[in-house]
Amino acid sequence: MRGLIPKSDIKMIILKNNIEKLSKNLSELNEVKGRSLWHDARVRFFKNKAAVISVILLSAILIFSFIGPIFSQWTNEEIDWGVLGDISTLGYPSIDSGHYFGTDELGRDLYSRVIQGTKISLMVGFVGALIAVFVGTLYGSIAGYFGGRIDSIMMRLVDILMSIPYMFVLILLLVIFGRSIFMLFIGIGLISWLDMARIVRGQTLSIRKKEFIEAAIATGVGNFTIIIRHIIPNLLGVVAVYATLLVPGMILAESFISFLGLGVQEPNTSWGALISEGAGTMRYGTIWQLLFPLFFFVVSLFSFYFIGDGLRDALDPKDI
Amino acid sequence: MFKFILKRISIAIPTILILIVFSFLLMHSAPGGPFTSERPLPDEVLKNINAKYGLDKPMYVQMFNYVWGIVTNFDFGPSFRYKDRSVNDIIAQGFPVTLKYGSWAFIFAVSFGISLGIIAAIRQNTIIDYIAVGFSISAQVLPNFVMAPILVLIFTLYLGWLPGGGWEGGQIQFVIMPVIALSTSYMASIARLTRSSMLEVLNSNFIRTAKAKGLSKIKIILFHALKPTLLPVISYLGPAFVGMITGSVVIDMYFSTGGIGLHFVRGALNRDYSTIMGITILIGCLTVTFNLLVDILYAWVDPKIRY
Repeated sequence: MRGLIPKSDIKMIILKNNIEKLSKNLSELNEVKGRSLWHDARVRFFKNKAAVISVILLSAILIFSFIGPIFSQWTNEEIDWGVLGDISTLGYPSIDSGHYFGTDELGRDLYSRVIQGTKISLMVGFVGALIAVFVGTLYGSIAGYFGGRIDSIMMRLVDILMSIPYMFVLILLLVIFGRSIFMLFIGIGLISWLDMARIVRGQTLSIRKKEFIEAAIATGVGNFTIIIRHIIPNLLGVVAVYATLLVPGMILAESFISFLGLGVQEPNTSWGALISEGAGTMRYGTIWQLLFPLFFFVVSLFSFYFIGDGLRDALDPKDI
Repeated sequence: MFKFILKRISIAIPTILILIVFSFLLMHSAPGGPFTSERPLPDEVLKNINAKYGLDKPMYVQMFNYVWGIVTNFDFGPSFRYKDRSVNDIIAQGFPVTLKYGSWAFIFAVSFGISLGIIAAIRQNTIIDYIAVGFSISAQVLPNFVMAPILVLIFTLYLGWLPGGGWEGGQIQFVIMPVIALSTSYMASIARLTRSSMLEVLNSNFIRTAKAKGLSKIKIILFHALKPTLLPVISYLGPAFVGMITGSVVIDMYFSTGGIGLHFVRGALNRDYSTIMGITILIGCLTVTFNLLVDILYAWVDPKIRY
């Protein structure tokens, strides 16, 4: 019995007025509101300070990328001819000139460029993770559910794909089919699901043996209905955790490619491209061109990792 | 053991073949031939060039020749961009450089990562532990392309201690920053893995027995705890190796070290298909071989593993 009551509840019961409340509830036969698994997880998540701060920071960055353009006085493509040629002394960050983050090497407003880069980087991160979640979950749960030969063939394929140096193949893809954000999504999506598929398959293997699946099979539910209605909902916790950890991975991959100049194309930009530009020009005394994009990059990645850790602790997939 | 190794090799070889065939097909599906340019060549010239490079033969013959050349001679064919050089020349030029700082980075990451992790685990919840954990968390968001500019900013621009790029035959001052930039995030991951694994091992029963026997702390850690601690670290070596090879592209670009990554990106920028294919396949072979070695090492350290 003791294991069924969470520690925090025991503490609450011990408090005196809670005992009174409890007795009152019992005597009046009030209905006790149940707490779902997700509610418990939410409570645990919000107790994790690092994760909560990360959620706030990340939301701030997200909101900034949407309402930031309202305050900008320059668009991301406009060139400020007044500072061009003498960026290191005139292009520094200032409120007066309207370049809050300074300008880049071509006299473009860095504030607008950072906003645009933030949008694209976050989009790549989320879309990449979304593809991985869809494909990986479906693939992994099918392999795990059917087991046997289907499983070993499907997983062998994952093993083979995993041992390919994917960044090189991705760049090969980008070169051959032209560099565009769409191609980048396809390329990143092609590889990102592998880890997810492995994790999901492992979980499915253990869920498959549970009684409710047996019951579903006994009542004649079709295989795919079982996977979609019974197995996938039970995987959501694990999937949520790894999806959060996938987003920074996707952002890193995109930034890596953009840093090499093989990713997004001008006038579009991303954190990796901005960091690359800033890193290339910092020796001319324009350090802000590196620091502003770097700040957004580092803060967001940190936040994603901490949220992922917080979610993992809250949902505790180790227990499953 | 022999059977196990044979089984792993039987997976490794198809992997490499699939990679070669896949990149070959990719190259063929590219729009336009390698010699289509803005100023179209006369038909006769194009025909002759195609004949010289064997592009006039049917596709399966070309594919067979390509695969056969790699398997028998490790010959990746001519570069489509530099008429006087073959892909092998390019690789021979760049690979030693990458190998040099890459292997230093790998050794650096593994040795420092493991030591840091062990020290942090032994001194759990002391200031050393907090510093180690703090370092490994912050290094996670400092991939090589972020570390490289930061290092140059500090050591070249402000302190002026190290040159900001170049190779000069691999003198020590040119190697330091590439090695640090390449290894930091992997060192951090290895330290984190070692720390948590060591903590788990130190709490297990056989360590308590060793303590009860009165063994000294150093003996316990070196002879009893170290081997099981290293198991998860060994399985991380494969991904770390791949990551470092990939990261060498950034290092080559940023520090102008002239390694294989530089040729890869150059090839990617001027659509030198045969070069980027050659490098991709070479890296693929290296990766697969390295993973094979790691698997064998793993099975040797932990006899329970058989799959």
